[in-house]
Amino acid sequence: MSSGPAVPMSGRPDADAVPAIPAVPVDPDPGGLGGSEVLGPQEISRALTRIAHEILERNKGGSGLVLLGIPTRGVPLAERLAAKIADVEPGVDRTQLVGSLDVTMYRDDLHRHPTRTIGSTVLPPQGIDDRAVVLVDDVLFSGRTIRAALDAINDLGRPRLVQLAVLVDRGHRELPIRADYVGKNLPTSLAELVRVRLAETDGVDSVRIGPERGQA
Amino acid sequence: MRHLLSAADLDRDAAVHLLDTAAQMAATQEREIKKLPTLRGKTVVNLFFEDSTRTRISFETAAKRLSADVINFSAKGSSVSKGESLKDTALTLQAMGADAVVVRHQASGAPHRLAHSGWVGSAVVNAGDGTHQHPTQALLDAFTMRRHLVGTQADPDGTGRDLAGLKVAIVGDVLHSRVARSNVQLLHTLGAQVTLVAPPTLVPVGAHTWTCRTSYHLDEVIADQQPDAIMMLRVQRERMGGDGSAAGGGTGFFPSPLEYTRAYGLDARRLAMLPDHAIVMHPGPMNRGLEISADAADSPRAVIVEQVANGVAVRMAVLYLLLAKEKETTR
Repeated sequence: MSSGPAVPMSGRPDADAVPAIPAVPVDPDPGGLGGSEVLGPQEISRALTRIAHEILERNKGGSGLVLLGIPTRGVPLAERLAAKIADVEPGVDRTQLVGSLDVTMYRDDLHRHPTRTIGSTVLPPQGIDDRAVVLVDDVLFSGRTIRAALDAINDLGRPRLVQLAVLVDRGHRELPIRADYVGKNLPTSLAELVRVRLAETDGVDSVRIGPERGQA
Repeated sequence: MRHLLSAADLDRDAAVHLLDTAAQMAATQEREIKKLPTLRGKTVVNLFFEDSTRTRISFETAAKRLSADVINFSAKGSSVSKGESLKDTALTLQAMGADAVVVRHQASGAPHRLAHSGWVGSAVVNAGDGTHQHPTQALLDAFTMRRHLVGTQADPDGTGRDLAGLKVAIVGDVLHSRVARSNVQLLHTLGAQVTLVAPPTLVPVGAHTWTCRTSYHLDEVIADQQPDAIMMLRVQRERMGGDGSAAGGGTGFFPSPLEYTRAYGLDARRLAMLPDHAIVMHPGPMNRGLEISADAADSPRAVIVEQVANGVAVRMAVLYLLLAKEKETTR
C-alpha cells in the first residue's frame, strides 16, 4: 500500500525519537490491511481474561482498584477488563471500577505533531486517592504516553500505587518504564507498524503487524 | 488555524471542534489542580490598546492555566503613550520571542494588519478590534448556549453538536458592537437563527446583508419568536460621541436613557414573556437599569457569570489549538 491519508504512525524511522500514541492510526480502509494478524478476537479475549485474573491476584482482590483507560483504545480495554473482574469477583461494581484518563495535554511531543484532539478524563465517583490504579493502554512502545499518564495522575490525586496493563508490548522503550500485565510480547523492528483494532472503536478485534505503509 | 481574527474564519467543523476542545478544558477547570503543563515554555503577550477587564484577565488566566508565560502590555503607561506605532510595538514583541499575541485595539482591522504584515511571526488572536470582531466572545457565547440548550443529561456539553434550530435574539447597540458582528457570523455558521433587535439609529448600514433578521420591536420579537436565548448588548456610550451632558444624559442615538430602557431594556415583564427554558446573556460590562434590569441580571435564568467562567475554557482551547502543534514553516 503506497497511498493513503497522512495519519500519525509509529515506527517511521524519522519519527523514532518521539512516536505517536503507538501504532493506532485510524484506517479509513479496514478492508485493505497489509501485514499479518498476531491476535484475533479469541486471543484478545483470552489475554484480557488472564490479565484480569493477574490484576486480582496481584492486588489480593478487587477492593480499592481503579482501572484507567487511556483514550482512544485503552478505554474499551479497561471496560472489558472491568467486566471480566466484576464477573469473577463478587461485590465489585464495574461502573465504580473504570475510568478514562486523557494524557494529551501532558505529552512532551505536542509541538512535533499537528494539533491533537483532546480526549475525556472521567474518574470513578470515589476518585483515585489511596487506591490502586491500573493504567490500561493498547500498545506499549516508547513509554512516553505512560510518562504523560503518570504526570496526569499526579494532578488528579495520590493513588496508593500505579500499575500498567497493555495488550501488546512491542519494545523499543525510551524511558525506564515497564508493564505489570502484558497481553502479548511482540518483538518488532522500528520500521514495523503494529495496529490494534477493537470492536468498540473499529468494528473488529484484531492486532496486526506489518511493514510500514505510505512512505510519505 | 494559524490566527483567530474573525468569527468568519471558522467553518462549522472547526467551530464545533473548538467548542469540544473547550468542553474538555472546562472539565479540567473543575479539578483541584487546574494547571496543565501543555504550553510550557510558550510566551503569550496580551497587547491591549483599549481598556478591558474580563477579556484580559480571561486570556491571562487561560494562558497561565496552560503553563504559558504571560506578558501583559497595556497602552497606558507604555511607549505607545509616547507615540510609538503599532509596527514598532509589534517588532519589539517579536524580538522578545512571543509565540502568540492577543491583541485588542480601538481600530477595526488592527489584528489583521498585525497578522498579515510580516511584522511578527507569532499567532495572532483578536481580542476585540474597534467595532469589527470579537471572535472569542462569540465562541464563549456559543459554548454557553450549547451547554444550556443543546446538552443533555448524559452529555451536558453537547459534544460534537452545533446549534441547529436555536433562536437567538441579540438586542441593543448593534451599531457599535463587535460582539454582535462576531455572534451573527458564528451562530449562523453553527445553524442558529439570529434576530437583531435595535432602534433604527443603532442598526448599522448594510445589516440587511448579514445572515440574520432585524427588527425594531423587542416585544414583538419575544412574543412571536419565543427565542431560546436573549443576548443584551451594552449601550456603548463612550463610542456615541457627545459629552453626555444633553438633557437626561441622552445621546444622538436615542432621546433619553429612560426611553431606551422602556423600548429595549430587559425588565421583569419581558423576562416573564420569554419561554421557560430561555437563557439571558450579556457580554458585560452591564449597565444595570439601562439595557438590563436587576431583575433580569440576577434571575436564575441569567448565565452572565457563567459566560465569564466559560470564557477561560474557550480561550484555553483557542491557545491550545494555535500553539500546541508543530511550527508551520510556510506562511
